[in-house]
Amino acid sequence: MWSFIHKLGSPPWFYRFSGTFIRWLLPITVGMLVCGAIWGLLIAPPDFRQGNSYRIIYIHVPAAVVALAGYYVMAFAGAVSLIWRIKMADVAMRAAAPVGAVLTAVALVTGAIWGKPTWGAWWVWDARITSMLILFFLYLGVVALFEAYENKAAAAKACAVLSLVGTVNIPIIYKSVDWWYSLHQPASIKFTGESAIDASMLYPLLLMIVAFYFLFACAVLLNMRAELVWAHRQSSWLRQALGAA
Amino acid sequence: MLWPDTADASLWRAFRRQFVRHGKSLLATPSDAANPLLFFFMVVTLFPIGLGPDPDLLAKMAPGILWVVALLSSLMVSAKLFASDFEDGSVEQMALAPYPLAVLALAEVSAHWLATGFVLALTAPLFGIMLGLPIHALPALVASLFLGTQCLLLIGAVGSALTVSIRRGGLLLSLLILPLNIPVLIFGSAAVSEAVQHGNVLSWLALLAAMALAALVLAPLAVGAALRISLDN
Repeated sequence: MWSFIHKLGSPPWFYRFSGTFIRWLLPITVGMLVCGAIWGLLIAPPDFRQGNSYRIIYIHVPAAVVALAGYYVMAFAGAVSLIWRIKMADVAMRAAAPVGAVLTAVALVTGAIWGKPTWGAWWVWDARITSMLILFFLYLGVVALFEAYENKAAAAKACAVLSLVGTVNIPIIYKSVDWWYSLHQPASIKFTGESAIDASMLYPLLLMIVAFYFLFACAVLLNMRAELVWAHRQSSWLRQALGAA
Repeated sequence: MLWPDTADASLWRAFRRQFVRHGKSLLATPSDAANPLLFFFMVVTLFPIGLGPDPDLLAKMAPGILWVVALLSSLMVSAKLFASDFEDGSVEQMALAPYPLAVLALAEVSAHWLATGFVLALTAPLFGIMLGLPIHALPALVASLFLGTQCLLLIGAVGSALTVSIRRGGLLLSLLILPLNIPVLIFGSAAVSEAVQHGNVLSWLALLAAMALAALVLAPLAVGAALRISLDN
């Protein structure tokens, strides 16, 4: 257990480990995405009120869920790198920021596309949309702060502090659903009690959510590997690893 | 000398010394403290010009206008917060001092708040009346700004400490702290709007007070860590 954590701090070991890991993870992710998309877009029944337009839920909700969770992943990695000074943790943190920002943007755009037929407007200033927009700014802040620092070791620490401060805002994002008047339907997936959406629509949605988590993991790992290749482009272990592959 | 008698100086004394030192430097350059207030005045004047002089419309928008402008002027204060101390090496001295950097930074933020946020809260009724805010809503405006400017400046201090070592960090600073300050804007403007409609003001003020207390405890720690990081850059 401990030796595993110590190994995580070593770039060469991590590069090799993540290489084998992603060889398994990537096909599984693509498989789940394809299955979930076919199931959700073709097999699941149309909604009796929204017709087929509701099907964008299979992209919109997973992107939104993983974008929110991604901020926690980023902040957690930031905390680990601040407290235990594990190098890979701050590589993970700054690899997660752009991925999270893209997912947030996907959730916002698909939400706008869904909003047009459902509410008759591309953009409505409702609680959840506004929270996602704020989350988008929080992600962009982390990315921009990292770019602005000259000393990249200090930049990683600064981003970790910022993302920890930002986590204070995330509970407010969740809470805002209760606090503000909302045009959305009330949160309809609960892990306890009965769900308000039918099982035939719910199962593909859950599959897509899991697939998006895997997709997030793949994207962050690939991003981290790219970062490692750039940071260690001069070192011999990398040349060996690339020559072997 | 910054620390003449470290042997018997307690943490509280260190805080007080730092507060007085920073307060004096603010008094020496009063334009730094007056500019945010002038900015507030100017931007409040722009709204009737842009929206038209209809008193009903202005009164309806006044809570939002006043709070948004307060937020923007706090951004101005935050941008200057640690800049001169970072340039002249005072932050480095603070980091070397035998006291927690968080406490010394809090002293600076407190002095700054007294010179800007506090004054803004006291003068806000004047601007409220100019925008046609009903008289009975003015106490809520003062109370919400009194609590809210503390949150704004404490959160702004974190952003300021993170960006102080970056050249031209002003735009970046607004990207970092405006999203974090949005809850304060919501609670503050809601408190004033509720006051206009004789609604429940106290619950919104309680939320603002809770945020101010949480920021008072947590923000100085982040500011201290961020200042040390900025010294490394």
